[in-house]
Amino acid sequence: MRVDLVLENWQLFASGTWMTLQLTFLALAIGFVIALPFGIARARRVPIASPLINGYVYLFRGTPLLVQLFLIYYGLSQFDWIRESWAWTFLRDPWWCALIAFSLNSGAYATEIIRGAVETTPRGELEAAGALGLSPFQVDALVLIPSALRRALPQYGNEVVFMLHGSVVASIITLQDILGAGRTLNSKFYLAYEGFLTAALLYMAITFVLVMVFRGLERRYLRHLRVSRT
Amino acid sequence: MEALILYAPLLARGALVTITLAVLSLALATALGALGAAARIAPGRIGRFAVTIYTTIVRGIPDLVLLLLIYFGGQRFVNTMAGWVGLDGVNVSPFWAGVIAIGFIYGAYLTETFRGAFMTVPRGQIEAAEALGLRGLSLHWTVTIPQLVRFALPGYANVWQVLVKSTAVVSVIGLEDLVGLANDAGKTAREPFIFFLAVLLVYLCITWVSTTIFEALEKRSARGLAHAR
Repeated sequence: MRVDLVLENWQLFASGTWMTLQLTFLALAIGFVIALPFGIARARRVPIASPLINGYVYLFRGTPLLVQLFLIYYGLSQFDWIRESWAWTFLRDPWWCALIAFSLNSGAYATEIIRGAVETTPRGELEAAGALGLSPFQVDALVLIPSALRRALPQYGNEVVFMLHGSVVASIITLQDILGAGRTLNSKFYLAYEGFLTAALLYMAITFVLVMVFRGLERRYLRHLRVSRT
Repeated sequence: MEALILYAPLLARGALVTITLAVLSLALATALGALGAAARIAPGRIGRFAVTIYTTIVRGIPDLVLLLLIYFGGQRFVNTMAGWVGLDGVNVSPFWAGVIAIGFIYGAYLTETFRGAFMTVPRGQIEAAEALGLRGLSLHWTVTIPQLVRFALPGYANVWQVLVKSTAVVSVIGLEDLVGLANDAGKTAREPFIFFLAVLLVYLCITWVSTTIFEALEKRSARGLAHAR
């Protein structure tokens, strides 16, 4: 076990951690922006949009993230018209491809989470808001969405960890994320496992921090749903 | 498009490797999940502690990292061990490294599934079985497990769907599964998009077929209760 080599190359892992966090959280943010309107549209069964969104969700949830990434990174280069378009500056860059694949993937999972949360909003809450004279838009913005997002919190916490773990495939298309750093260390010094073990520990540490953060958020925002002992 | 038809037999072979890998991993995961659930339910403190460590580790580490650790690190470990007892080293194949890694990961999830299902079996039934003189394994085999299956099936189906998708990463260590072969063939035929699109469709088909199978199983496992609803 060569701990010294891991410690000597700490910068490799520091920049890898930055890359992983950056990709994960940007993808989660973009995914969320996709998922909020999509999830509500699905819950309301908006004609035309709803089945299309359903197709998107089914495709991205039913297939491996790795293949989605390959399809975008390796697949799109097949078409000359893409290679000649302005979009090629982004699509030939592994970082952008990873971000696009991760965002679409997270968007699909988050759509389902938000759909479920919107569908389970108690009718009474919305009726009460209407009775107070709020317009339909106000009901959505001030009552439905905050209430649904609170209840989506536990599942969304799972999705955040899932995205963090899913982001390891970025290292396969040469990106230097945490696992990429581990692989570089191993190949540089002919090591068998030290780099992977360090990567595993880093992923575990980030997972625990995220779980703690979401536990705190749940305690704060789901306080009103907790069973009180009287 | 013609290239895809030309390579169809190759991709079919890859799909078979993917499915075999997934089924064997599920078998290992089921065994580990059953053991884990038994250890959590049993009164022993050491067993419960071991299971907690097992599930915590698995939930914290991404599948690909664990796979690479087992494939490259496991190789070194096996050879060192073999060297000590004076045997020749064995080669860990990508396929078996994949089965071990994926089985190990999803065993942790099944531990939770099985434990949750066990909790839904009413205590009174176990007490009644004990009163009838059933003990230990025969009690669980005839009373709890048949009922547990019904509650565990939805969760089990869920784990299977996630597990199938997880097998894609084994192509990274050189396994010639659906993804690995499609990657090579797509590059050779210069049509990577078409080939990966085909891979996506195969995965969707696997998902769809397994949903159908699990729905039938769920219906079958609830047949004794059909009239109660």
